[in-house]
Amino acid sequence: MAAAIFTLAALCGVIIMLGIQAWPSITEFGFSFITNSVWDPPNNVFGAFVPIYGTLITSTIALIIAIPVSFGIALFLTELAPAWLRRPLGTAIELLAAIPSIVYGMWGLLFFSPIFAKYVQTPLMNWTADIPFLNHLFAGAPIGIGLFTAGIILAIMIIPYIASVMRDVFEVVPPLLKESAYGLGCTTWEVIWSVVLPYTKAGAIGGIMLGLGRALGETMAVTFVIGNSNILDGYSLFSMGNSITSVLANEFPEASLTGFHQSALMELGLILFFITCVVLSLSKVMLLRIKKMGGP
Amino acid sequence: MTLYQRRKMANMIALTLSLMAMAFGLIWLLWILETTIVKGFSALSWSLLTESTPAAGSLGGGLLNALVGSLLLVFFATVLGTPIGLLAGIYLVEYGRFTWLAKVVAFVNDVLLAGPSIVMGLFVYAVIVVPTGGYSGWAGVVALLLIQIPIVIRTTENMLLLVPQTLREAAFALGAPKWKMILAITLKAARAGIMTGILLGIARITGETAPLLFTALNNLFFSVDMSGPMANLPKMIYDFAMSPYPRWQEIAWAGVLLITMGVLFLNILARFFSRKKF
Amino acid sequence: MSKLTTRDLNFYYGDFHALKSISLEIPEKKVTAFIGPSGCGKSTLLRTFNQMFALYPDQRATGEVIMNGVNLLSGKQDVSLLRAKIGMVFQKPTPFPMSIYDNIAFGIKLYEQLPRSELDLRVESALTRAALWHEVKDKLNQSGYSLSGGQQQRLCIARGIAIEPEILLLDEPCSALDPISTTKIEELITELKKDYTVVIVTHNMQQAARCSDFTAYMYLGELIEFGKTQKIFVKPDRKETEDYITGRFG
Repeated sequence: MAAAIFTLAALCGVIIMLGIQAWPSITEFGFSFITNSVWDPPNNVFGAFVPIYGTLITSTIALIIAIPVSFGIALFLTELAPAWLRRPLGTAIELLAAIPSIVYGMWGLLFFSPIFAKYVQTPLMNWTADIPFLNHLFAGAPIGIGLFTAGIILAIMIIPYIASVMRDVFEVVPPLLKESAYGLGCTTWEVIWSVVLPYTKAGAIGGIMLGLGRALGETMAVTFVIGNSNILDGYSLFSMGNSITSVLANEFPEASLTGFHQSALMELGLILFFITCVVLSLSKVMLLRIKKMGGP
Repeated sequence: MTLYQRRKMANMIALTLSLMAMAFGLIWLLWILETTIVKGFSALSWSLLTESTPAAGSLGGGLLNALVGSLLLVFFATVLGTPIGLLAGIYLVEYGRFTWLAKVVAFVNDVLLAGPSIVMGLFVYAVIVVPTGGYSGWAGVVALLLIQIPIVIRTTENMLLLVPQTLREAAFALGAPKWKMILAITLKAARAGIMTGILLGIARITGETAPLLFTALNNLFFSVDMSGPMANLPKMIYDFAMSPYPRWQEIAWAGVLLITMGVLFLNILARFFSRKKF
Repeated sequence: MSKLTTRDLNFYYGDFHALKSISLEIPEKKVTAFIGPSGCGKSTLLRTFNQMFALYPDQRATGEVIMNGVNLLSGKQDVSLLRAKIGMVFQKPTPFPMSIYDNIAFGIKLYEQLPRSELDLRVESALTRAALWHEVKDKLNQSGYSLSGGQQQRLCIARGIAIEPEILLLDEPCSALDPISTTKIEELITELKKDYTVVIVTHNMQQAARCSDFTAYMYLGELIEFGKTQKIFVKPDRKETEDYITGRFG
């Protein structure tokens, strides 16, 4: 039991300590910390809008890409792949999760971004240059790094998490249920979309939340490719930016001990922790509601 | 087009897309692995494993200090963390299963599990580094503990919950005291899964950089002194990769290869264990 | 008048020869029961009719299964359309994770695009013919899982007949149900044969005697005897049949 309480103590400790450290910054900047987009260490002005925005946008991009892809992979692994391929392919996808994040970062920066800049960004920018809303979304210089790239790298990192969970829950759907659907004359796609997916709703959402949590907290991969810019000009997805984690990684070691720099960074860490907690709690609430509505 | 034809087409499209999704995932895996192997392999040499990191700009040298440092950090974190995690997991399932305390702890554990690792580093910085006046290997160990313990707790809990209640009841029916039942019966039954969890925990902390950024920092020299800054692979790679010195970059890639191979190996080992029936 | 005929039908699970040269004729608009001890192949035989085995790579069938003059095993027919004509209800109730209304509407929508009003009528009709309408008409939007086991099974039957099949296959439909629900379903079967050809697999001999017009007795993958239920249960031709009926084994 002592060991269990240790965990409890650890969590409380983390929150309290961060809170204490962040306190000077919290009292100094108050709520504007979140809305102010000026991050100016030398002048002791700290507004966290840019990194918070970066964290949320990159995670959103990652989810938008990763969810359909993971679903497709889970579908493939459970319905399409011949039996002898299933385990090796499944293992291959899970190996993606095993690759340390720093590898993703380096590969992303040195190998992915030049190719991304040349074959995706440039043509896309040329193509949307004259289309009103879209040209703002894709403006900027095609350097290959930035918010969007970070989102893609994050997507690749969380795909194995979401796909494995989806695959696991798809596999335990009772065969009789699927046969019932086939028995009516459904195509494979119809069985998956109309029967399997609703049946496994709870697990699928759990997997997505898992992926989201990972994306929010990812440091190394993001730091390499996000551009590390504390200024946000425009709404372009291709612009460089920062995430909470990259700001922490970059600035903390040299943060001056005087002034509010270190404290502001602590507050950032607290905010990130808070966001993660909220996401986790939301997912638990959602799962409870699904169970209550009389799922299978 | 008839309804029937449309349905058939939708099916075909969906299945093709799913195939493409699979290919999408595999392409990245292969590309990243290929990059790692190609760049890292060229820098591999015997000296890499036997010499410490070179000074900036100079040639030669290796990763010995980083390797040893990482090994020490991971070792201590595992040795200290596994028992705590196991005990907590056992408590959650065997002793406190329906108590409110267990529910709270399980929830808290989930939070820690999902928590960003860099935040753990911040916490340890505030709690250990500042009061003790400096970066140290022990601080790094604590940060890694905060990541590894929740993993062990979660897998232990999951595995123990899978053990059928009838097994426990059979042991009680024989008159076995609770602790004996746990040791001899349930733990044995869940052994494979727990082993997997521990291995996955080790794999995870081996590859983690963020928590070490502000705790163990790094050390360009060889040192086994855990009370001072500790060299470790991930941070070394981080520093060297971004540096302008070619030799340092080479070493960084070799380090990347070593870490990736190590983590992949641990994952495959864990998978092997999870399939073994006791 | 035969609705479905099998000729020299053999079935294999991998190397295991599960059905041996089965030839029989299922009469139209009557209830035919397959009986026999566990593992004799009666469910397997049922599942060859709507090609359920096609879902599993190591299961295959040879021979002929003829319906409306066409051999279903020839591979020329599209399996989905085939299954629209042959409905199936399984041992355990398998409602889809949707509302009661959608469970029924789902199948209909696969084949017809109907305005909402007509769809409502079809759903009501199917539920009525499955003797379920009065029990669910006020809660059509609730999840299928909110029903009792017996109701869920009747829901599955309604779902199957909603798409107007020609044959209805029932694979031990009452084995997971309590006696009262079982009685209701047996009454339902007697009603259903007015419109559909029904084939029912059952391990409950009394049920076969109660519900069916024709009975096939199977043992170890072979068709031992087929004939009018009256005859099979009172004066069977084969000794093996008589042994099984009188409970000397099985």
